[in-house]
Amino acid sequence: MTATVPTAAALALGDDALVLSHRLGEWAGHAPVLEEEVALANIALDLLGQARVLLSLVGDEDELAYLREERAFRNVQLVEQPNGDFAHTIARQLYFSTYQRLLYGRLAAAGGDGEGGTLTGLAGKAVKEVAYHQDHAEQWTLRLGDGTAESHERMSRACTALWRFTGELFQPVEGLDVDWRELESDWLASVSAVLERATLTVPDGPRTGAWSAGAGRQGLHTESFGRMLAEMQHLHRSHPGASW
Amino acid sequence: MTAVTADTQEAYQAAFDAAVAADERIEPRDWMPEAYRATLVRQIAQHAHSEIIGMQPEANWITRAPSLRRKAILMAKVQDEAGHGLYLYSAAETLGTGRDELLDKLHTGRQKYSSIFNYPTLTWADVGAIGWLVDGAAITNQVPLCRCSYGPYARAMVRICKEESFHQRQGYESLLALSRGTPEQHAMAQDAVNRWWWPSLMMFGPPDDESSHSEQSMAWKIKRHSNDELRQRFVDICVPQAEALGLSLPDPDLRWNEERGHYDFGPIDWTEFWDVLKGNGPCNEQRITQRRRAHEDGAWVREAAAAYAAKHGEATA
Amino acid sequence: MTTSDWPLWEVFVRSRRGLSHTHAGSLHAPDAQMALRNARDLYTRRSEGVSIWVVPSTEITASSPDEKDPFFEPSADKPYRHPTFYEVPEGVKNL
Repeated sequence: MTATVPTAAALALGDDALVLSHRLGEWAGHAPVLEEEVALANIALDLLGQARVLLSLVGDEDELAYLREERAFRNVQLVEQPNGDFAHTIARQLYFSTYQRLLYGRLAAAGGDGEGGTLTGLAGKAVKEVAYHQDHAEQWTLRLGDGTAESHERMSRACTALWRFTGELFQPVEGLDVDWRELESDWLASVSAVLERATLTVPDGPRTGAWSAGAGRQGLHTESFGRMLAEMQHLHRSHPGASW
Repeated sequence: MTAVTADTQEAYQAAFDAAVAADERIEPRDWMPEAYRATLVRQIAQHAHSEIIGMQPEANWITRAPSLRRKAILMAKVQDEAGHGLYLYSAAETLGTGRDELLDKLHTGRQKYSSIFNYPTLTWADVGAIGWLVDGAAITNQVPLCRCSYGPYARAMVRICKEESFHQRQGYESLLALSRGTPEQHAMAQDAVNRWWWPSLMMFGPPDDESSHSEQSMAWKIKRHSNDELRQRFVDICVPQAEALGLSLPDPDLRWNEERGHYDFGPIDWTEFWDVLKGNGPCNEQRITQRRRAHEDGAWVREAAAAYAAKHGEATA
Repeated sequence: MTTSDWPLWEVFVRSRRGLSHTHAGSLHAPDAQMALRNARDLYTRRSEGVSIWVVPSTEITASSPDEKDPFFEPSADKPYRHPTFYEVPEGVKNL
């Protein structure tokens, strides 16, 4: 074990990837077209791979994934939001993959062996993966936003619905030496540019909830997350100590 | 098109027969008998449908996979099945039948998929049993198809078989972990093998003397071995594998026959087979409903992308 | 064709540097950009390629356009085009 692993950061980023991967995995067999079955699974697999690396930095990946209670998860609320229709999934992808690309880009560039040193390798590999995820989300945002009247309406509704979960992305994470305000303004610029090209309006509602207790990074989640974990953890917990 | 004279017709047929006899591949733009084309479309479509319906029983466990490693493997496997469906629809398309038409036939029950997927995955061990037995049976069926007389189908099968061997191995490994695990895990594995064994044997189709399409397909070299031949091969492969797993196969009549050099096995319940095929399996309704719903719910997405392409001048007519 | 039918694209993959693109199969996509991405996901899931071309299937011109040539007769009557046509004395190498 290296002493430089920033536990809070590995958990936060690892949980983000784990939970979003799980949500994307729920699409299997339900995607709007076969080609998209393959694309969504690719993204889910990339994220699951990232989650396994990150969680393994700070403990046993399965113990962390399957034996923690809801309040111990540190993922942002955005990634746990239910899939909804394809537009909601794409809006969630656009918001999150843009964040991941900008964040991992910074972590990879920072390099060195500072406090974030052990994350550098992961970030270097992951940044290429998430650039592809962002491209996928962008392509679909353009097509849904600027497609038919129905798709425009659905995409616009989805972007607005998820907007209130995007402020949390820029809560500083302990152990990550990042200029969060700059990250946030880059994110806003990037997402706004895509939405505008997609003939969508950048939502103008609040980007964080009113609850002062906090959100996902403080272990406070939304109601559907408990159900998601119940499903994910049930089998593993039914056989304590078993190996698979 | 000018009228084809009887003479030309005969010459085409002779050239086709000669190519098949010489073990050459028939390619999309070659002349081929209409019945050959129809047989291939039916078989490739059924195969493609099986891949995409076959995603469902396994995807049923993605969200509950008991370790992150198993979860990654399962996701990759289900993804492969979507990919295999796509390779096969693309092979069928070379025969002049589009994917939309084939999907429509699947959704309206006019074309079938492998009946094995009408059985439910009730426990995690079923995922392992599917990998070992169902994918194992599929590979036994499919390896000879890599030499099928129709080029695009044979090429799709080469790609698929390469990828399928990962599927079978992961299933076997997963069952082995269960069999060697806790008593509960072992029992789970045995229960799954008990339920999947007979339906897997049915995957090779009815016995040779009752199989309606077999003879012609063999002559055309679409099929290379008879149903019973392949079924026997599969049983012979599985018995020692089951022993190594420490699991039994649910057939009291299963024993080595020195004289034949093969394992004898008990009678298959063909009434169940035909009944499930006709729609009375535990999951027929559920599988088709889910497939149809995914397709219908996705219509607005497909329309949006087509509309966007039209607007931005990228679509090709 | 309904409006939601996507056109068919032929996919060519260069498996590694130094080799030419070869036909891998086909797929459906609404436009070229999506076709490329779908091809990447479908035909290079196991790092089978370093470069991809996609071509609308309708844009391909094939020989024997009337679909009636029973078989495309290769130049089977020109064996001299093939190196094995020529006898080389035993022991001669690098030819």
